[in-house]
Amino acid sequence: MRRLVFLVPLGIFAVLVVYFAVGLTKDPKILPSVLINREVPPFDLPAIQGPFKGFANRDLIGQVTLVNVFGSWCIACRAEHPFLVQIKSQGAVPIYGIDWREVNRVDGPAWLARLGNPYTRVGDDPDSAVAIAFGVTGAPESFIVDKKGVIRYKQIGPITPEAWDRTMLPLIRELQKQ
Amino acid sequence: MRRFFLLLIGAAAVFGASRALAVEPSEMLANPVLEHRARVVDKQLRCVVCQNQSIDDSDADLAHDMRVLVRKRITAGDSNQQVIDYMVGRYGDFVLLDPPLKPATYVLWFGPAFIGLIGLGVLFLFYRRRIVRDSGDGDGDGEGKGMAEPPLSAAEKKQLESLLKGDNA
Repeated sequence: MRRLVFLVPLGIFAVLVVYFAVGLTKDPKILPSVLINREVPPFDLPAIQGPFKGFANRDLIGQVTLVNVFGSWCIACRAEHPFLVQIKSQGAVPIYGIDWREVNRVDGPAWLARLGNPYTRVGDDPDSAVAIAFGVTGAPESFIVDKKGVIRYKQIGPITPEAWDRTMLPLIRELQKQ
Repeated sequence: MRRFFLLLIGAAAVFGASRALAVEPSEMLANPVLEHRARVVDKQLRCVVCQNQSIDDSDADLAHDMRVLVRKRITAGDSNQQVIDYMVGRYGDFVLLDPPLKPATYVLWFGPAFIGLIGLGVLFLFYRRRIVRDSGDGDGDGEGKGMAEPPLSAAEKKQLESLLKGDNA
């Protein structure tokens, strides 16, 4: 029995190895959102230039929506954009855009004119007021909002086809039934 | 030598410059009391983009916007704690550079001390055993039994004596 005492440090070491091994596989950029199951923060953003409509939190009430934070400066947003256009063409859910931190007022509209506009409304958020209210740390980020205006899911980084098919679309379908 | 000092001064200038404040003059509040409070709050908030800097230190665009927001809320009459609570409400405890003390962070706060105590305990046991062994466990209390060497036999004593005398026979 006494001899087994020597195994205690080995045991502690093994536990630490597992603990750190798990920790290392996690992406430190991905923060758990504290906003899940909370109401969308109140906001009222003006529209970006061009044929777009402004975007306020009340626009989200009464329907399931996808809120997407993007910027023309953001490379990952460029990668995500075709998929958003595809979602739009399938009509699965209306997408609301927050055009975040454009350096120049015309950058966002020009981007959408060039690549296609998947958004029902696009708000202009040059000084991060609404991005911070949403707890955004980087673009793109997307939120699924239910009919009552409660945030139910947060996607950090581009929406991947896998995340869309496995998690997001099923959740949207379920929320639409409620 | 002179060249060395010039180099040193140059290096100090370069590094000194890079440590310049991230807070830009244009962001600062005219009221020095409020600005000071804003700086105090800035230093407690993590830049969520760079993660290991406070927003007071960070040049990230989002950090800039967070500093501006801190000043807006302070000007609007929020207390320092209210501003911090606002950020925590959006980013969670993560936005605090000093993690708060609560059950989820007990390991973080007490873990190092706990591991240190274990280390001290192990050291204590190790040295106690050695002292007991070195004293030959002659105190008869049976402590250190199994660890201490058994007493020398008559033959071993004889061998030891001859070795000590330098007699190689």
